[in-house]
Amino acid sequence: MTSHTTPLEYQSEQTQMNILGFWVFLGAEIVLFSTLFASYFVLEHNTAGGPAGQDIFILKDVLIETFILLTSSFTSGLAIHSMRNHDKKGLLIWMIVTLLLGAGFLYMEINEFIHYVHEGATIQTSGFTAAFFTLLGTHGAHVTFGIIWISLLLVQLVRRGITVKTSSKLFIASLYWHFLDVVWIFIFTFVYLKGMVM
Amino acid sequence: MSLDEFFVTGDPLIFASQIAIGLTMVGLIALITYLKRWKWLWSEWFTTVDHKKIGIMYILSGVLMFFRGGVDGLLMKAQTSRPELGLLDAQHYDEIFTTHGVIMILFMAMPMLIGIMNVVVPLQIGARDVAFPKLNAFSFWIFFAGAMLFNLSFVIGGSPDAGWTSYFPLAGKEFTPGVGNNYYALSLQIAGIGTLATGINFVVTIIKMRAPGLSWMKLPIFTWSTFITSIIIVAAFPILTIALLYMTLDRLFGTHFFTVAAGGDPMLWLNLFWLWGHPEVYIVVLPAFGMFSEVIATFARKNLYGYKSMVYAVAGIAFLSMLVWVHHFYTMGNSAAVNSIFSLTTMMIAIPTGVKIFNWLFTLRKGRIEFSTAMLWSLAFIPCFTIGGVTGVMLAMAAADYQYHNTMFLVAHFHYVLIPGVVFAVFAALYYWWPKMFGFKLNEKIGKWHFWLFVIGFNMTFMPMFFVGLDGMSRRMYTYAESTGWGAWLGFSAVGSLVMAAGFAALCYNIYWSFRYASRDVGNDPWNARTLEWATASPAPHYNFAVVPEVETLDDFWYKKKKGKTGLKKADLKPVHMPSNSWTPIVLAAAFGLVGFFLVFEWFPLAIISAIGIVVGLVANTFDYDDGYHIPVEELEEEEREWRGDLQ
Repeated sequence: MTSHTTPLEYQSEQTQMNILGFWVFLGAEIVLFSTLFASYFVLEHNTAGGPAGQDIFILKDVLIETFILLTSSFTSGLAIHSMRNHDKKGLLIWMIVTLLLGAGFLYMEINEFIHYVHEGATIQTSGFTAAFFTLLGTHGAHVTFGIIWISLLLVQLVRRGITVKTSSKLFIASLYWHFLDVVWIFIFTFVYLKGMVM
Repeated sequence: MSLDEFFVTGDPLIFASQIAIGLTMVGLIALITYLKRWKWLWSEWFTTVDHKKIGIMYILSGVLMFFRGGVDGLLMKAQTSRPELGLLDAQHYDEIFTTHGVIMILFMAMPMLIGIMNVVVPLQIGARDVAFPKLNAFSFWIFFAGAMLFNLSFVIGGSPDAGWTSYFPLAGKEFTPGVGNNYYALSLQIAGIGTLATGINFVVTIIKMRAPGLSWMKLPIFTWSTFITSIIIVAAFPILTIALLYMTLDRLFGTHFFTVAAGGDPMLWLNLFWLWGHPEVYIVVLPAFGMFSEVIATFARKNLYGYKSMVYAVAGIAFLSMLVWVHHFYTMGNSAAVNSIFSLTTMMIAIPTGVKIFNWLFTLRKGRIEFSTAMLWSLAFIPCFTIGGVTGVMLAMAAADYQYHNTMFLVAHFHYVLIPGVVFAVFAALYYWWPKMFGFKLNEKIGKWHFWLFVIGFNMTFMPMFFVGLDGMSRRMYTYAESTGWGAWLGFSAVGSLVMAAGFAALCYNIYWSFRYASRDVGNDPWNARTLEWATASPAPHYNFAVVPEVETLDDFWYKKKKGKTGLKKADLKPVHMPSNSWTPIVLAAAFGLVGFFLVFEWFPLAIISAIGIVVGLVANTFDYDDGYHIPVEELEEEEREWRGDLQ
């Protein structure tokens, strides 16, 4: 089954199954976020006298968040590229850059939330704010989980080096990270841009 | 909160249960300590990752939950057996129909079916275990934590009482204060995590771990239905996750997803609930179809008629199951066009289902039918389920549904679908696969008592409900006036429920009797069956197959038996790789259960402290590099000789 051209992370039957299993899990995640988006579309105009999206969104900050997260997706790609070249140092550095960008994104998102609360839009204000904060919050919670998870994987990488197991774990984590980026693109388009325009 | 708010007080029935639960717990702990079985329990069961043991634990939990849900059902039947009875008050009746529904669907049907999948599927595809054994153990324990949390509600804090569907605005904090519905939201959420993990596990297991030569169109039909069911689980359960998250936020944190006043939308709950809920019906019924198919083919001594059309029918049902959810609320303000579309999609489901019914009938045609207990369940299923199906098509017609909506006619319909479809299947599967799990058969004579009592009792209980429903009786009414004239029907129905309960008692007695007295000499293939799970010993050894079998055709084992090619060559034995036991699944699940319990009561600091347990479990898990162990050839040889006699 495996030859010398097979990437390291696919070189045992168990890691092949782990990677496939994670793809199936991402399928479930797509359903999860689709549900959040669908509910948001149902509730987005139900502001119940509270602020609407265009009253509170600051597009400049959101744009910076978007660039930070997109860049982090690129750097996690570079990390996996280093992994394929058996470059442990490159893998480690690019993953740390990815995590720092992720932390920067989170910092900005938390500030954004604080700003909204000051503007009188809390999660309890209306149907719109409930759906908005839950969609964004679920994404943000995923990013937070990802940062902690990948940090723990990096500890394992430092201890054990690039092996079939560590490489498959980091590969799976990078799939997760790219997925969060894709979700953010939908949030940026269908929550922020649509909210500003319509 | 004072102590008498914490414990439910004032009802003699519940007080008796509290004492009974307390005494049972103390008794169990004392018994295990007296028998010095704690270590054995921990190392053989609590930390096991063996799919067969996990399956058995699922089934055991399912039987326990069947008892709990059954008692709820009997209480409802007793209360409505005569007009204006005062056995239960309205509040208590509301609680009981809620817990009956939730327990029977999520904590009885699901674990029974998942348990049987766990035992059978890896054996049917010639695998050593599932793809992710540790995750599988976690699935079980987190399901169990959710089930226990839900069952705690009726003695601590109060049961949920807004129906198993928990429609808003009724289920919101305003109309249902108290902690009952918090239990609903959190225990279903916790158990749902386990179900999703099971779905992913079986998708990967069936794609990646089939024996050499076992291509898709040679897969046993039960494995096929498990595969498709697992896909529906992955597609549907995340919707429930989000719906329950919204419910939790609304109830605990004052958000407005479902409250009209602040821009929420109660119809959002209905849509999300049934977007999960209707596929859920097929999640429980498709594996059951697979079980019947295996049993019917085995005891008709023929290969399954129309195997390929069976596979396409299951896939077709799975696809359509996602497109029918609105038929649960035709009367709640949809346009005629929307109702018409969902009428059509709903009626279309009858087509692939009809294909399956005819395939079973044609499998029976000219077969040499053996009327074993497992086969009797399958034979009774066909007409009973057809009644459920045909009344389903009646309900599918939106215009006509305005007459039936939320009446006892509907209740009778879905019991005619779910009891023959799921419960009969589980019983058939228990009788059929029991020897594979335990190495002895259940007694056939007591089995026939179980069968006849249960089937006759079932029809007595639910057939009258069609008629009172057509006569206008709504569901969930705790009592009714004598002038309605329903007393005779419902009295008869209550007697039927006792007959059904006697059938269940016969099953319990059968398990006890067979455990003590049944012959242990059943061989590996007591039914002369067709699929791979019967090629290894009964009970199956922990490594399943000493040598992974090579498959050439559908029903490969059947043809190998005819050619006398089921032996094992000593030279083929190689060390077998096995996964190690793990403590993380049970500890993680316990932490989830604690977090859920504290959230129910909104004790946030305690919930956060318990959540540390989850973090510790997850961190321990990611640093776990245990690669399992190998069973040496000598041990395999010894175990295989024990049941095969000499090796070749």
